[in-house]
This record gives sequence, C-alpha cells and structure tokens, in this order.
Amino acid sequence: MNDQERIERQEKIRNFSIIAHIDHGKSTLADRILENTQSVASREMKSQLLDSMDLERERGITIKLNAVQLKYTAKDGEDYIFHLIDTPGHVDFTYEVSRSLAACEGAVLVVDAAQGIEAQTLANVYLALDNDLELIPVINKIDLPAADPERIAQEVEDVVGLPKEDAIKASAKANIGIEEILESVVETVPAPAGDPSAPLKALIFDSIFDPYRGVISSIRIMEGTVRAGDKIRMMATGKEFEVAEVGINTPKPMAVEELTVGDVGFLTAAIKTVGDSRVGDTITLAANPAATPLKGYKKMNPMVFCGMFPIDSNKYNDLREALEKLELNDSSLEYEPETSQALGFGFRTGFLGLLHMEIVQERIEREFGIELIATAPSVIYDVHMTDGSKEVVDNPSQMPDPQKVDRIEEPYVKATIMVPSDYVGSVMELCQRKRGNFVTMDYLDDIRVNIIYEIPLSEIVFDFFDQLKSNTKGYASFDYELIGYKESRLVKMDILLNNEKVDALSFIVHRDFAYERGKLIVEKLKTLIPRQQFEVPVQAAIGQKIIARTNIKSMGKNVLSKCYGGDISRKRKLLEKQKEGKKKMKSVGNVEIPQEAFLAVLKMDEE
Amino acid sequence: MVDSMYIHIPFCNRICTYCDFNKVLIDNQPVDAYVDALIKEMRQIEPMTLRTIFVGGGTPTALSEAQLEKLLLEIDSRFTVTEEFSFEANPDELTMAKLDLLHNHGVNRISLGVQTFNDELLKVLGRSHGYDDIFRAISHLEEIGLTNYSIDLMYNLPGETMDDIKDSLKYISELKPKHISWYSLIIEPHTVFYNRIQKGQMKVDDDEAEGEKYMYIMGELAKLGYPQYEISNFSEKEYESAHNKTYWKNDEYFGLGAGSHGYVGGKRYYNTKPVNHYIRAIEENGSAVKETVELTLNEQMEEEMFLGLRMNRGVDMRRFEEKYGRSLDSVYGDVIDDEKGKGNLMEKDGFISLTKAGRLVGNSVFIGFLN
Repeated sequence: MNDQERIERQEKIRNFSIIAHIDHGKSTLADRILENTQSVASREMKSQLLDSMDLERERGITIKLNAVQLKYTAKDGEDYIFHLIDTPGHVDFTYEVSRSLAACEGAVLVVDAAQGIEAQTLANVYLALDNDLELIPVINKIDLPAADPERIAQEVEDVVGLPKEDAIKASAKANIGIEEILESVVETVPAPAGDPSAPLKALIFDSIFDPYRGVISSIRIMEGTVRAGDKIRMMATGKEFEVAEVGINTPKPMAVEELTVGDVGFLTAAIKTVGDSRVGDTITLAANPAATPLKGYKKMNPMVFCGMFPIDSNKYNDLREALEKLELNDSSLEYEPETSQALGFGFRTGFLGLLHMEIVQERIEREFGIELIATAPSVIYDVHMTDGSKEVVDNPSQMPDPQKVDRIEEPYVKATIMVPSDYVGSVMELCQRKRGNFVTMDYLDDIRVNIIYEIPLSEIVFDFFDQLKSNTKGYASFDYELIGYKESRLVKMDILLNNEKVDALSFIVHRDFAYERGKLIVEKLKTLIPRQQFEVPVQAAIGQKIIARTNIKSMGKNVLSKCYGGDISRKRKLLEKQKEGKKKMKSVGNVEIPQEAFLAVLKMDEE
Repeated sequence: MVDSMYIHIPFCNRICTYCDFNKVLIDNQPVDAYVDALIKEMRQIEPMTLRTIFVGGGTPTALSEAQLEKLLLEIDSRFTVTEEFSFEANPDELTMAKLDLLHNHGVNRISLGVQTFNDELLKVLGRSHGYDDIFRAISHLEEIGLTNYSIDLMYNLPGETMDDIKDSLKYISELKPKHISWYSLIIEPHTVFYNRIQKGQMKVDDDEAEGEKYMYIMGELAKLGYPQYEISNFSEKEYESAHNKTYWKNDEYFGLGAGSHGYVGGKRYYNTKPVNHYIRAIEENGSAVKETVELTLNEQMEEEMFLGLRMNRGVDMRRFEEKYGRSLDSVYGDVIDDEKGKGNLMEKDGFISLTKAGRLVGNSVFIGFLN
C-alpha cells in the first residue's frame, strides 16, 4: 500500500466497543455482529465467540480483552473495516474497559429493554464520554414479554442524554435490528484520524504472554505504519525489539503485511516479559521515533488483598511461577512474599476486586494444579501511630499494637445503587448495617431509584454484592468508586484454635460490631472446621481479651467396619477419597482447617 | 501359593434395605445355569488343597437343596479344605435339611445373618427372618453339632437404642456363639436406606453416637470372653475367622461367581457383575474376569498396612520385611512416628497396631499410608 491507499482505507475504518451490563446481551450481540459481517461462518460459531477462556464461558463474563476485524458492506455499497473491541462487564474490570475504550472512536451502548440502565453501564458510559466516544444506544431484548422499549429509550434520554429517537430497538437473540446497528456504526462512528506517514504511535491496550511467540501485544495504531522486520522502541521503557509479526484477529489470529492508522491488531517481537510491553505504553519506530508518547492510562492499583498459600508447602515455588505467569497477562495483579505462622510461606496478593480475586485463585488451581488456601480479603488501612508516623497495613495480622496506634483510617467508596423503588427500604437497611453514610437518592423515572451511599470498602469486600442481590431479588445494580480514607474505630480480632492464635484468621472489625461478629465467627468456624480427634476450643479475642468461645467436639467413629468380601479396591477408593478431602485442608498445629474456614468472616451475615 | 477361595451366590429371596452387594431377587433367575457356570469356573482351577473356602452372597441358603448339593459335590470332589469351610446363612432359610447337606459336605463354620434381635428393626432392615427364626436356626446348629458359628450383627441402625445393643449382648451371653461380627451400618448409594435419608424420611445417629456404641460393644464383648481381633470382629480364642484373616493379612485368594473379587499373582481382578453376563462369559470363555489390575510394590505395601492394621495384632514387621524386601521403618517410619505421636499407633512384640483410640478413627490413620 502507498500512503494514498492507506488514507482511503482509513476512511473506511470504524473502531467500536460494546458497553453493556452483565446479562444485557453484549456477547450475543457481538456474536450476531460477527455473523452478519464477513468474519465467521455460522458453522464456526460457538456462542460467546470472543470469550476465549473456559472460565469466561462458564461464568458468562468477559475477563480478558479481545479485538476482532470484520468486513462490512454497507447500504451505500462501500466496504468498511470494523474493529470490534470487547470489554469486560464487571465492576472489577473498569480499568480494562477504559483501555478498550481508548482504542475506539465509538461505542454501542446496549440496554436491556426490560431492566433499563444499570449502575455499571452508567459508569462505563461516563468512561466512554471521557474518551470522546460517539455512542449508539441500542435497546436490546425487545422480543421479551417484559420489554418496554419506549420507557427504556426515555430513560436513556433522561439519564445518559441520548435522544430517544436515536435508540435502535433490537434483539440480538432474534437477529432483530442488527443491520441498523451496523449501518449506524458506519454513519455515527467517525473514521480514525492520524497520518500513516507520520512517526509510528501505537497504543498498547493489552499484552498477553504466549510461551511460543513471547508477548503478544494488542495495539491500536494512532499514527504511522508498522510491519514485520521493523525495529521498534517502547517509549516508556526505551527497550527496543524487532517486530516478528503483525496481524489481526478474524477472530482467529492472521498475520498481515502491515498495520496502519486506525488498525487494531497484534504485534509480536520476541518480547520475553509483559513488563517490556506495558499496557498503556506507546510503541514507536527506533529509526524514526515519535516526539511524544500517547496519553496512555493511569495504572490501577489493587484495592483488595489476600494471602495465598499452597496447601502443600513444597509448592511454594510453583505458586510463585504461577503468579509470575498470570502477572504476564494481568498487569493489575500484585504480589509479594508473605509468611504466616499458621500457613507458612505464601504471597500477599492484590486484586482489583473480589471477582478478580476469585478468578485468579481459580486459575491457579485449575491451570497450574496448585491447591490453595486463601485468607479472607482485606483492604489497605492507614494506621497513624502515636509517634506521628504512618503505617500502611494490608494484612490484618500485621496490625500494630493498639497501644501504639493513634488512629486508623480505612478506605471508603461511593456506592451507586440502582434499584426498583420497592426495594429502597431493604437497600438502605443493608447499607446502614454495612456502616454506610447516606448521601443522596433520586428517582430516575417512576420506578427506578438511584441511591448513593458512602460505605467502607471493607464492607463492600465482605459479601456486600451478594447480600444486595439477595435483598433485592437480583434487581439491584451496583457500582462503586474509591473516594478516600476516613477515620474509623477499628480493632483487630484474633482467632484462637486449640488455644493457639491463627494469624491467617485475624480480621479487622469496627469496635461497635466486634462482640456480635466475634460470636458469629466462632459459631461459623464451628460449622466449617471438621471435627478433629480431640476437642478444639474456638475463641475470638481482641488483644488479650476473649470475647467469644465455643468448642468443636471431637471426632466420633471414623473407621470402615465393612469387609466388602474381598473387594479391597473398594476400600482403597474410599480411603483415597478421604485422603483427597484431607489434601484440601491445611494443618495448623494439630488442627486441619479447610479453605472455607479462612473465608468464614465473609459469610457471617448469611444466616 | 493361593490357598483361599471366595464363592459368591448373588441371589436373595428378599432385598434388604441397606444392602449394596451384588445380588438379585431370586425369582425367575437362571439359578441352575448359574450353579453350572460356577462349577465350570471352578474347573478352571486345578484340584488342590485349600486352607479356607467362604461361600457368601447374596444369600447362599437361597439355593435349593438340589442346587446346594450340586455345588457342594463339586467343591468336595475338587478341593480338600484343611482349615475353614464357611457358609453364610439366613436364619429363616437354614432348614435342617440344608444344614445337613452343608455339614455332610465338610462345611465347618456358619456365618449366621442375625443383624439384630429386635423384630421391629429387622423389619426396617427388610430382612426375611424374625426373632424366632434366629433361635430355631441356632438350635438346628447345636442339634447337628455345628457349633462353630458366627452371629453377624449390625449397629447404628435407624431407630436403634442402647437397649437394643444390650439385648443383643444378653442373647450372646446366653447363646455363647464362637464368633461375633458386629458391623456398623453404612449407608451406601443405590440402597433403599440411601434414598430414604436423601429424602429426609430417615435418620441415623452421627459418628459421635456411633463411636460411643462402638466403644461400648468392644468393652462388653471383651467382658463376655470375646476379645476383638479385627475392627468389627470378636471371637473366642482359636475361633477367629481364618478366611477373613486372609484378606486382612493381604494374602491371596481366588474369587468365583458374579462380581467376585480375587487376588492372585499380585493381581487384583473381579468378575462381571450381572448374572446373565457372568453365565454367558463362563459358557463362552470359561472366565468372566472383567478387569485385572497388577498392583505396584507400593500399592501392595499400602494395602498390607491398611488391611493389616484392621487386626488388633496389627502388622507383623518381620513378615513385612520378608514379603517386600524393605523394612517397615524404612518405608513408613515417618507416618508411623507421626501416628504414634498422636496416640493412634503403637509397637509391641514386633507388631505395629492401632491403639484403642486409633481404632476409633482407623481411616484417618490408614490414609496416612496412601501415597
């Protein structure tokens, strides 16, 4: 291609994402768009085509980003090149959404025709507007009996400010309105700006590690052109590499001759670590570098921490390797070695949120075959000492001696909860119970209310979302953002098993709730820790003071009495099953503790 | 040298609510063909001298006199039993005529399926016999002079009380059998009990109450002159079951009949379970073996431990070393020390055995020996 051809081609490129609340039909719409363009034949279709991890398909969510190139022949007879960039739909992954959006000029805003705008969608709409994206409102699932597209279109106008006449009524499932959406992408989303002959500026919006090809960087070309053999430079790190391959996803990866302005594709250059191809960095050519990098992103810091320990202590190094590998694809994951008296050597690991934490734990167990004990998640506390110094504590067991503490501050979030008005009472009650401060409440329309509270992040971390769902029959949607630190009257609660303090079970609690929580936790632990050969006292203590106590009775009979004729293999199988169960437990002193016990503190409000 | 044999009779006149062994209701079954198949399977083994034979089920006494006779004649003609020839029997089916047959063909031990002396509980268990049948069967045994019999009982039954256990002990003290097997009820999948419990229609005691009953039974039977020699087995001196000890000593045995398990030449094998498949396989190939697994040395040693420790005397350290060419200590020293520390294992006179506390939680000790 020469520059003239590149500029003509650039005119025909449309880069967009789909913004939707979980379950509002983003993946189905993406599948439908893929089918209705020249990308994948229907026979190759697997539902949720863009979600490539097993976990993503199972949980019906998107975790990692994906971008796919499509060809579309519009009604005007012209052929267009679409890049559809997938976005995760969960609150934990806001950061990744912002990365996707930075690679686009437009976004399709999908809203469920019955449920309307949800808190999370709204958060992403604001992100899109911050990135100057053109929005195409789509009211989805109009074929469902409960659909009320007119009301929802009005809601979109009222809440987001997009004229209701512009909203496309669609059903991705029934293939209604898809062509209108595609035409609207052509008309509404601007072609990318940029000069193909200028020095290269390519935004890295994702990086994954592939054991055979090294780091595969997902890039969006803002200026210039890049091809295999080019010598490139990472503008933040200054590191230089030779490009091995550039390509696009169709959704299968396909090498192409070059990527130029407006293209969204991938690049490999025998890069050994993701750290050398940082998300948000700008790639330029070593021979003809750009003067300034692109704006990039601000790094998102983990908000939730937990200790992760291998049940088999010999697997410490395996766990380190697993974390190293995951970190290659997950720049928001942080970890450092941690030693627990109870659990031995492990890692204090930071996450964007609870879902992120669960997913990482699950991947370590599944993909790396390491059985884990994870401690209950904690937030980061600012502890101001009497001597005027400040300590940052992300591990309850490290909380300094109260005698030396002047005050403790904890992170607060602004929680935005959207809910049908019938549930306002129960939402407020829940927020109150979670130490929330009411900020404001307004009616979005006749039915839906937007409630805003300031709540300690630690309360959000402790099963807030599950409780919110169950208290509102699943109707509430929820989003939060960190607003800063506030002083709280917090204390550390220690747990003693068999009269030994188990550091990994310590947690931080507000003084006013301490007694109640202490009682709840010992009872909960009693149900979660299997009976041992001896009676095990379970105690909750603040400092030296025991505030709650119960006993786990000793084990009764546990020996197979039957002979089973000469069927020894059956006996063996039974024993092997018991052994498997035991393997999932961590031995602390003489007490075998299962994973669930370490998360007991999360489950206290269940009953 | 294999010198034990198990023979399985998979037929019953009634299906018990707790039973998950390989068995079918005898009505309309090809029982004659089955006996013929058993005989054909037996003929694959050279005539030899055996130490023990155990005929179990199902219910061996569900066979007709003619069928029993045919089977016994064949056994008699092929094998010489030097030590113990045991038959399982249901109290209501142990007629004088059948008992005569057994006795005349060398059966020298009866394992009597009493289960409980409480008529109500017998009904819950779905047994075909009642309280009276037990005493009738035992009087037959005494009349014929076959006094080496075992009373097989169960505890931890749904609705059972300590009084039921005390009653059983009282009858034992009066009847003075040579041997008692007293198994705790295990709720197995594919049984009536399992379904009832799943549906919440039935409850059994938890393992704590079970443990208390177990300790009580051990103590009381010892007082009555029946020291325990295995987790669930108690006997007068000299009357331990030679056949069952074959399993616990991890020695080899033939397994004949549908679904039977055998252990020959370091290989564990089992026969196909369905009666028809078994008959067809024997008719066609002379063998109905479904699967054979050769045990690794490691597996053999593991089994030596979790079977041997079931016996009160425990695992013979010298025999272990002779059998496997490695000392017990070099293989399992760490596990043994650990369990000794917890008070679950002890060492005495060249044997490693469970302590009384360890016996209660045998499984948690056994799994330590699994790789």
